[in-house]
Amino acid sequence: MSLLEIKNLHVSVEDAEILNGVDLTVEKGQVHAIMGPNGSGKSTLAQVLAGRDTYEVTQGEILFKGEDLAEAAPEERAREGLFLAFQYPVEIPGVSNVYFLKAALNAIRKHRGQEEMDAMDFLNYVREKMSLVKMDEALLNRPVNEGFSGGEKKRNEIFHMAVLDPVLAVLDETDSGLDIDALKIVADGVNSLRSEGRAFLVITHYQRLLNYIVPDVVHVLVDGKIVRSGGKELALELEDKGYGWLEGKAKEQVAAHA
Amino acid sequence: MPETATSNPASDTELLEQHVAQEYEAGFFTDIEQDTLPPGLNEDVVRFISAKKGEPEWLLQWRLKAYRDWLEMKEPTWANIKYEPIDYQSVSYYSAPKSAGDGPKSLDDVDPEILATYEKLGIPLQEQKMLAGVAVDAVFDSVSVATTFKGKLAEVGVIFCSMSEAVKEHPELVKKYLGTVVPRNDNFFAALNSAVFSDGSFVYIPKGVRCPMELSTYFRINAMNTGQFERTLIIADEGAHVSYLEGCTAPMRDQNQLHAAVVELYAHKDATIKYSTVQNWYPGDMETGKGGIYNFVTKRGIAAGRAAKISWTQVETGSAITWKYPSVILKGDDTVGEFYSVALSKGWQQADTGTKMVHVGKNTTSTIVSKGISAGNGQNTYRGGVKILKGADGARNFSQCDSMLLGEKCGAHTFPYIDVQNPTARMEHEASTSKIGEDQLFYCNSRGIETEDAVSMIVNGFCKEVFKELPMEFAVEARKLLEISLEGSVG
Repeated sequence: MSLLEIKNLHVSVEDAEILNGVDLTVEKGQVHAIMGPNGSGKSTLAQVLAGRDTYEVTQGEILFKGEDLAEAAPEERAREGLFLAFQYPVEIPGVSNVYFLKAALNAIRKHRGQEEMDAMDFLNYVREKMSLVKMDEALLNRPVNEGFSGGEKKRNEIFHMAVLDPVLAVLDETDSGLDIDALKIVADGVNSLRSEGRAFLVITHYQRLLNYIVPDVVHVLVDGKIVRSGGKELALELEDKGYGWLEGKAKEQVAAHA
Repeated sequence: MPETATSNPASDTELLEQHVAQEYEAGFFTDIEQDTLPPGLNEDVVRFISAKKGEPEWLLQWRLKAYRDWLEMKEPTWANIKYEPIDYQSVSYYSAPKSAGDGPKSLDDVDPEILATYEKLGIPLQEQKMLAGVAVDAVFDSVSVATTFKGKLAEVGVIFCSMSEAVKEHPELVKKYLGTVVPRNDNFFAALNSAVFSDGSFVYIPKGVRCPMELSTYFRINAMNTGQFERTLIIADEGAHVSYLEGCTAPMRDQNQLHAAVVELYAHKDATIKYSTVQNWYPGDMETGKGGIYNFVTKRGIAAGRAAKISWTQVETGSAITWKYPSVILKGDDTVGEFYSVALSKGWQQADTGTKMVHVGKNTTSTIVSKGISAGNGQNTYRGGVKILKGADGARNFSQCDSMLLGEKCGAHTFPYIDVQNPTARMEHEASTSKIGEDQLFYCNSRGIETEDAVSMIVNGFCKEVFKELPMEFAVEARKLLEISLEGSVG
């Protein structure tokens, strides 16, 4: 059984079809990269996986650990081990990062039949995870993402991921807005979390990130469809040629289906 | 310029639309024999109440004057609230548990049913069960039922008793201060209260004494068709400190019940009074808006002497209608006035609440932090007045009014009035209106936190600046109350 199986996924928002027939299979331990031009549907795919209900799945299915996710609420997906690192992390004024994470982790632990962590154990646990992304401990007690710099927000997402320990992590343009140092820190954090039991879906516009997080498979999403898949060298090819030559291919495919 | 914000319909908030009625947890009724006056108000009723309490002639005359003033006054209509006219003749102006008689001598004299009620409410009435350091005066309908820890307080000279008892035991203090902060004809509701007030709490902290424990009053309206008109008077003499807590509940009733209280705070030189309220009166039926408490309250403090400080903190989650503006007159130089407020309106609740800071003395400072939360069909209005008088050199005010909307049918309104007559004043005003965003909820959900917990977390975060002003145990209670009140408000 694959960790994630997406079959012929069609997604619309307000009657506009954004994904039209995505197929994708991710096995445990793998890192898949999804690349594509702006507006190709990359972020939609990330949000749909996490269960955002502003998007309507009109056809196809998503199987996570063999289970159809169609009816699963976002929090149920999270508790089953699916994690989305947001492209634009959300601010929650007045709620400290550490309080938020404790609530999240304990909701997940409860679901798994584990005991809830008390404040002391939790603090020791998060300190260990903070070092992975070289996060300043001061950020623990600041309100979630409020007043964080762009880089701090992205690092905070990876920190959340490390704490919540998912089996499938979807990183939605985590590299955007990062300078090279921050990018390395984020990549190091992700790499240290790579393991046999965990898979990553790394969504990015640029090949740059993939120099640091080396994928097993690269997919190119154009106009709501995966038009090409290949090894890590595909990313380099895209860096050279841009997306233009594949956009033509997408249109041919759509025409062939019509 | 008043700012008004009403939430806009948005396609992504269906989740927020389903407002489910939240059962009112304090809505039980205690079956005890009540000694109740028939409905109606006239001079005889005023005389009856005064006689029942064995009051001196001056107080009876004071009440009668207030009653006559009231007859000439008009109910205020400027507030942003709508309700059917109140028939003041259909209200009963006195109700006491029968066994109370002249007031209980000790806890053993208190009707066990009443004690059971307080227990159900989680009020630690009996001393052995009490959180260390909290003394409680409990007002059941119109009569003060028990005041705990009186002995311990008396050792340091603190007087903490019911108003009726204060009139008997400390008439000179009552006479000296009653009506000095809120005059008997201050406004329509204050005049009504002055005429018919039945009980309340009285506190006097002598010079230089720091009250060794938090003082607390618990108000409950139990009888049907009864108005509750308590009057509280707190005096902190020079250099004295006191922190006072007030909690309120009422059973569920289809009829509206009237609550018109007056609270007066008097702080002398270097004295500090901190007054905290957690108000959870029955808000009326969540679906139909039927019933609920009409809460028309006048609360005012005077920071009379140099460097006196008065601080109001309130968490208002109950009442069908709230009309309440705890205020501070900053009379002495270097005095400080504070107002921290959380007001939640859900169902069909309407709250028009805020504060008034009147700067008279030099180098006076006031701080206003108001957090309004609207859900369901609730309407929440902040009304604040900051007045800097001519002689108030170097006065400073900071005001922050934030509103949060949950759902699409509720509203938030802000009316800040500022009147500055001294050019050296420094004023800061911040206001914001936010909506619990689909983005915030989805972010929480995607981390495994369910919507209801997410809402309570977000709202608590929003109110944090106010909660941190509350004494610890009260802050916990306020958070819990807010959580319970929000249950079912979203999704």
